[in-house]
Amino acid sequence: MGSITLQKVSKVFGEAKVIPSIDLEINDGEFVVFVGPSGCGKSTLLRLIAGLEDVSDGQILIDGKDVTQAAPAERGLAMVFQSYALYPHMSVRNNIAFPLKMAKMEKSAIDKKVTDAARVLNLTDYLERRPSQLSGGQRQRVAIGRAIVREPSAFLFDEPLSNLDAALRGTMRLEISDLHHQLKTTMVYVTHDQVEAMTMADKIVVLNRGNIEQVGSPLELYKSPRNLFVAGFIGSPHMNFVDGAYAQSKSAKTAGIRPEHLILSKDSGLWTGTVKVAEHLGADTFLHLDVDGIGQVTARAGGEFGAQYGDRVYLTPDEAKLHRFDDKGIALRA
Amino acid sequence: MATQNTKTLARLMMAPSVLLLLVWMIVPLAMTLWFSFQNYNLLDPSNVSFTGLFNYQFFYTDPAFFQSIWNTLVIVGGVLLITVIGGIAIALLLDQPIFGQGIVRILIISPFFVMPPVAALVWKNMIMNPSYGVFADISRFFGLRPIDWFAQYPLFSIVIIVAWQWLPFATLILLTALQSLDGEQKEAAEMDGANFFNRFVYLVLPHLARSITVVILIQTIFLLGVYAEILVTTNGGPGYASTNLAFLIYRTALLGYDVGGASAGGIIAVVLANIVAFFLMRAVGKNLDR
Amino acid sequence: MARNVTTRHKVTATAAAWIVALIIFFPILYTLITSIKTEPEAIAGFSLWPSGTFENYITVQTQRDYLKPFMNSVILSVGSTILALIIAIPSAWAMAFSPTKRTKDILMWMLSTKMMPAVAVLVPIYLMFRDFGLLDSRIGLTVMLTLINLPIVVWMLYTYFREIPGEILEASRMDGAGLWQEIVYVLTPMAVPGIASTLLLNIILAWNESFWTIRLSTTNAAPLTAFIASFSSPQGLFWAKLSAASTMAIAPILILGWFSQKQLVRGLTFGAVK
Repeated sequence: MGSITLQKVSKVFGEAKVIPSIDLEINDGEFVVFVGPSGCGKSTLLRLIAGLEDVSDGQILIDGKDVTQAAPAERGLAMVFQSYALYPHMSVRNNIAFPLKMAKMEKSAIDKKVTDAARVLNLTDYLERRPSQLSGGQRQRVAIGRAIVREPSAFLFDEPLSNLDAALRGTMRLEISDLHHQLKTTMVYVTHDQVEAMTMADKIVVLNRGNIEQVGSPLELYKSPRNLFVAGFIGSPHMNFVDGAYAQSKSAKTAGIRPEHLILSKDSGLWTGTVKVAEHLGADTFLHLDVDGIGQVTARAGGEFGAQYGDRVYLTPDEAKLHRFDDKGIALRA
Repeated sequence: MATQNTKTLARLMMAPSVLLLLVWMIVPLAMTLWFSFQNYNLLDPSNVSFTGLFNYQFFYTDPAFFQSIWNTLVIVGGVLLITVIGGIAIALLLDQPIFGQGIVRILIISPFFVMPPVAALVWKNMIMNPSYGVFADISRFFGLRPIDWFAQYPLFSIVIIVAWQWLPFATLILLTALQSLDGEQKEAAEMDGANFFNRFVYLVLPHLARSITVVILIQTIFLLGVYAEILVTTNGGPGYASTNLAFLIYRTALLGYDVGGASAGGIIAVVLANIVAFFLMRAVGKNLDR
Repeated sequence: MARNVTTRHKVTATAAAWIVALIIFFPILYTLITSIKTEPEAIAGFSLWPSGTFENYITVQTQRDYLKPFMNSVILSVGSTILALIIAIPSAWAMAFSPTKRTKDILMWMLSTKMMPAVAVLVPIYLMFRDFGLLDSRIGLTVMLTLINLPIVVWMLYTYFREIPGEILEASRMDGAGLWQEIVYVLTPMAVPGIASTLLLNIILAWNESFWTIRLSTTNAAPLTAFIASFSSPQGLFWAKLSAASTMAIAPILILGWFSQKQLVRGLTFGAVK
């Protein structure tokens, strides 16, 4: 079991209110991602849950039990750090075995668990090596191995993939998702990368300046962002925001159209634009356009769309997929 | 990390060293300051009286005082000049690919580990002795009259000995700094058409600037207090020719038994050292902000 | 630069470096050579070929009781270093892992105590030592050496400790290690190299300290610095013995020093140059 409840949790560092007040419910077995720009308080929130920072006010419950004052080790959580935080003087085997030794488990049981974890994580051949002799991806797996052998009630991940190169990040993303399906344990994952959030999460928590902007499944956030911040943060490339006459005609302060919801044409359309940059990726074409009377707009066409720098193209927003925001940046629902 | 009881524990852990150093710094310094206003002679300890600024005036009007200040500056300046320039040159040489680099490094660093009395006595007797020293042998080999170093050039001789002790330090630090220079930067400069001299002036020297500053300041702190080298070679003489401020204070206090006068000199030394320390702290302090 | 490394370049640089190195090392080498000459040989003009006698070493021990100042040096340098470490480790630890706004100021202030010229406090220290009966006592000198090197020890340890990533300590806490287990299994193994380097460098500094050790000791507590300095008065006809005594005084620390060259740079520049 691993449900986590935050009740009016706040954190103050000196004068700075990093987290004003947060209420959040994380259900057992859920994969929850905290996402937001750097400095939004997502790592602090994770460290509060871990017990590595004191809560200034409020309560943290794990499985209904108040752990606000409990030491990190008493909370039954495991954490994977951004730097992996492997013990440099211990072999891979001893790194993974460390939490079990701390729990005073029997030697034979430890060996079995370490061997199992190593097999699952493809580390069997590396058990006697030191962390410094491993590649980035292998270190990452050791850190995960050290977390899973404890069979914690929840895993905490603090930007675990940010030190890996792009290709490895993709692979590890799949491995972590796969691990979650196998273990069915609660996972709380912090990242600034919305792609990681969208691809892995059951539930995304979008944070900004210590406040929760929106909580929901990836598609909920994509389809109905509650405000401009979430709309702009979720989705890649970013949503286009259009102010002025067009927005007013839709009775909104700002209109938001995702690049994939602009219909491109070489013949006719509502708007006309000049191609500034054309990115031909094969499966997709991204056009960065200077649209007359509107400004910079990004549009996505599926497959190949033959346009080059300086070409004039027409675009029409798909009205059904339009997002409308009022003057406070809050989404207007039809 | 940042939990409340770790902070309390941290204060407790720091207390012993902070308190010890506080006492060690304040008590003797306060006593020195107090003595510097007293007429206090160890030969007549029952007759202690307040004399105001007399000790400072006495020290100030003593011709030996100005000579000792001058000598202090010559020792500091001379040694710095030799060690920094020599250190840069040797560091550049050792930065080249050479056979037996490890052994060469060990040979060059060695004088730093020689205790000052040994260094001074070896130079005084084996190297600089006018009759039997190696320098005398060399002079005679070229048909020249051997030089009586400590009689004719006492201060210069001390500068040489102290420079020999500190040259390894400067070399080692500058070499370390030199080796941290990014190889790609050197290659980029070569691509940009810079020759060895240009690379040294525009790339290497600016890169070394910080380390040179550190070398100068740290050495200065130690060089202001050169003592044992003078004690075992010239004993400050002839006359006051090789007496620096540190040695003058020692003479006044333990040979002249003049506690008041020595204390006034001590306070002057503190002021001097503080001026240097001010700059050192700034240089080292920057490193903390990385 | 690889293409520049012609053999000729390397040979020239090697020759130059070795010549410079041998010149710098020469006084030490010559001391070693002279120490195995006879006294007449020692003043018979320049010669690198000694007759190879070990008599001087024996004489230094039998006539001047070399072993006593040697033991004093060992006791003073090792004792003061261990004492300094005991005081400094908790401080440096706290500063590295629980830094506050004032940590930097405290460190700078500690360093500033090192800037205080020894002569400035010679008088009060001498008088205090005299009044407390600490002159020429090992305890007094040990305390003295501990205090003068404490700032350097704190600083060195601090720069080493600061390199231990905080996340690793947090990881061990998450892994269920208590404070004691954290210290035994994680901190100590990671801190030992830094502590060892500090120990080594500080022993060297204490061994060679030549102001307080000479001024505050006469015979009983006199370490090698004072012992050697006492050779300064008589002239001539004793160089071979002086060389033997000098060799024995510097050899142990020279060898320690060779092992600690890298730490020396960090330690003596207070982490400013690595």
